Amino acid sequence: MAKILLEMKNITKTFPGVKALDNVNLQVEEGEIHALVGENGAGKSTLMNVLSGIYPFGSYEGDIVYDSEVCKFNDIKDSEGKGIVIIHQELALIPYMTIAENMFLGNERGSKFRINWNETSGLARKYLDIVGLNESTETLIKDIGVGKQQLVEIAKALSKNARLLILDEPTSSLNETDSRALLDLMLKLKKEQGLTSIIISHKLNEVSYVADKITVIRDGATIETLTKGVDDFSESRIIKGMVGRELSDRFPKREPHIGEVMMEVKNWNVYHPLYSERKIVNNVNINVRKGEVLGISGLMGAGRTELAMSIFGKSYGENISGQLFIKGKEVHLNNVQQAIKHKLAYVTEDRKGNGLILSNPIKINTTLANLDEVSNKSVIDKDKEYSVAVDYKEKLKTKCPTVEQNVGNLSGGNQQKVLLAKWMFADPDILILDEPTRGIDVGAKYEIYCIINQLVSEGKSVIMISSELPEILGMCDRIYVMNEGRMVGELDGKEATQEKIMTYILQSSGKGEE
Amino acid sequence: MNKNQVLGFLKKNTMIIVLLIVLGFFAWRTGGAILLPMNVSNLISQNAYVFVLATGMLLCILTGGNIDLSVGSVVCFVGAVGATLMVNLNVPIWLSIIIMILIGTAIGAFQGFWIAFVRIPPFIVTLAGMLAFRGLSNVVLNGLTVSIKDKTTFVNLFGGGADCYVRDFFGGSDLNLTCLFGGMVAAGIFVLLQVTSRVKRVKKNYEVEPFLTFIVKLVAISAVLLIFAYKLSQHKGIPTVLIWVMVVVLVYGYITNNTTVGRYFYAVGGNEKATKLSGINTNKVYFLAYTNMGFLAALAGMITIARLTSAQPTYGQNYEMDAIGSCFIGGASAYGGIGTVPGVIVGAVLMGVINLGMSLMGVDANMQKVVKGVVLLAAVIFDVVSKRGGKLFAKN
Repeated sequence: MAKILLEMKNITKTFPGVKALDNVNLQVEEGEIHALVGENGAGKSTLMNVLSGIYPFGSYEGDIVYDSEVCKFNDIKDSEGKGIVIIHQELALIPYMTIAENMFLGNERGSKFRINWNETSGLARKYLDIVGLNESTETLIKDIGVGKQQLVEIAKALSKNARLLILDEPTSSLNETDSRALLDLMLKLKKEQGLTSIIISHKLNEVSYVADKITVIRDGATIETLTKGVDDFSESRIIKGMVGRELSDRFPKREPHIGEVMMEVKNWNVYHPLYSERKIVNNVNINVRKGEVLGISGLMGAGRTELAMSIFGKSYGENISGQLFIKGKEVHLNNVQQAIKHKLAYVTEDRKGNGLILSNPIKINTTLANLDEVSNKSVIDKDKEYSVAVDYKEKLKTKCPTVEQNVGNLSGGNQQKVLLAKWMFADPDILILDEPTRGIDVGAKYEIYCIINQLVSEGKSVIMISSELPEILGMCDRIYVMNEGRMVGELDGKEATQEKIMTYILQSSGKGEE
Repeated sequence: MNKNQVLGFLKKNTMIIVLLIVLGFFAWRTGGAILLPMNVSNLISQNAYVFVLATGMLLCILTGGNIDLSVGSVVCFVGAVGATLMVNLNVPIWLSIIIMILIGTAIGAFQGFWIAFVRIPPFIVTLAGMLAFRGLSNVVLNGLTVSIKDKTTFVNLFGGGADCYVRDFFGGSDLNLTCLFGGMVAAGIFVLLQVTSRVKRVKKNYEVEPFLTFIVKLVAISAVLLIFAYKLSQHKGIPTVLIWVMVVVLVYGYITNNTTVGRYFYAVGGNEKATKLSGINTNKVYFLAYTNMGFLAALAGMITIARLTSAQPTYGQNYEMDAIGSCFIGGASAYGGIGTVPGVIVGAVLMGVINLGMSLMGVDANMQKVVKGVVLLAAVIFDVVSKRGGKLFAKN
């Protein structure tokens, strides 16, 4: 048996009123990839914050034994000094600085008064080569994609002589190809450098692909540790540990009642708002029927969000051309107000940035898109607003003490429910849900799927944009495949498979303009 | 009440408590002079322009911490134009008032246009306005002072001169009965509104605040209203300018709290993108905030020249800073989306009390500025730190 690099013993961490971690134990062997899984709010991030010293020694109970000595970290500097480096879900890179500058930020080469730029770029090159990033060290961060930025973060960690790398949801904003590349890099670093890593992820297929061991955390306690080759590593086995019960079906069943065409988009073209020669959506033709869940599958950057937002009152893009029909009549939606009036709703993928007002309570967020409904001649009926918010809270099973609670204090899944409530209250016929389950846990996902089923059973149409293929396959009646701005395939929900969708994407990639 | 409730109550009403402490301090240091009826009345008359401007500034700040630096100059310019019209050109008073309001609103709309639809940063646009309208005031007045002493109707209407109080219809001798009666009616209406709304909420099974806090709040606010009315009635009664201030406070308090437009200001400041994607025209919200600021600056301009019974090119200097300071002391967030009209009024009263108290104590005017600066900084530090859960230093 290999040497134990890290052992966290009986870690208990309490916040005022809540026990976030309750006697958690974690053992990580040198040179292994250890996955940490659990629902949102289970305590994974808290545990990692304890480890990296964000919650300093003394603010928790229990011991951290690292490299056979008990460690008392007071801040991140202490833990980094020992080679424990954490890469957070939200990347901490500065857009207008170069790759090399970012890599050595706070760790500058040379002396305090004179940075040695030659050494900086030389070292940067060395670590970029290790992670296999073929970009100049002088490239600005803003000019490379998220996938490459993730590699820069890893290179930065390596430059700090990391022995234990912690990755918090590293693939949450990456497409399938980039995700796979990142996971393969982790395997390569393990093999070639003997690097130990801890990965936190919601994507169970990735976890079972990359991890040697999986520790499941639930409600602040360690439930079990599974070992590759010994235990069952299947997704359903992991889910069972996470939710504490067998999820026999990850997608709730529904009886489809599909009616006439609700909305049709013809010859739709959209150009980039800044680079006006770049075509983002290229001659797209789609339709959605009453009572149908329509999936739009594709890689990140395929133009799906842009398509949806350009339909939704031209919220994205320039020089939009094409025809839009709702219930057989051609409509021109020039702004969001008109789109809402024609009973269209767009539920954004970026709930914190574009969807919710985090500093405001649930009730205010719930009614924001349809204030007229709770007001009389522009005077708000606050009692009505309150009861509407409570109504939706109960309908969607949002977990919160009261609807006066600020949305910023809710977990991701509950925020998503508030966002859905907001748009359901706007009473649309057609809902475009953009990545409705991104970053939320298995239990909440299931509830979101139930809500979608409820919506279509009421005769509404749902367009679901998702990067998670199982979800698209499990939920949709019909699936469009979008790639590089074009619709490259249409599949019936029953016939569709992951392979078919990926084939459409791969066959059309790089073909560009017709 | 348990400990948490007490803490919550203190946190929610910090500035009111600070105001009481400061008032107590000055009452002690001035031997009660600050509580004399005349001084209470002066507090209102001297600071009327701050109340009006701070209310307008709140709307700008709500949209995202945006401020309007031009209000002092606009106050001066509107006053200059008004005085010139009334005195030099003999335009009737009612027409002059309309023209002043229109000019103020037009200036606001002009600045709002660049801010809202062309998206020039408000700081730049209003800095330009601050310079331009200060210069234009000089041009209009030829660098001279125009006295409006003879325009008594105008002066009295907007709270200047010796006779700027509401007439006592009941003819009380030592006590102004109209004022006392007005205070009682106001307290009565307030209690009635609060009770009916609570009864309604209880009936519908909505959450209500604990009964004890409710009663304490009712008694405290009614008592303040009554004492205030009593003090004023001992002096000369209701200053006419108080009517203007009350109208502004009530109307804008209602707008921000109960109307959809009011909601939009908070929404834009909270998350502009989300607001836009909810089908709200955010450009219009910015436009409205700055147009309205111009409108209220015009009102403040009239109040200013009435009180000083003249127009001068130097009037209105630093008025914008008084307004901005009151907003932040009164709990408005420098990032937008948070702040209330009552809060801002408490902030303005606090500033006013400090000014008046120090003047009565005979503190040097320059030191007064120092104290005001310290109070502003302390108020915002307190706000930020208490929101961080009591930790003084931000996490590194």
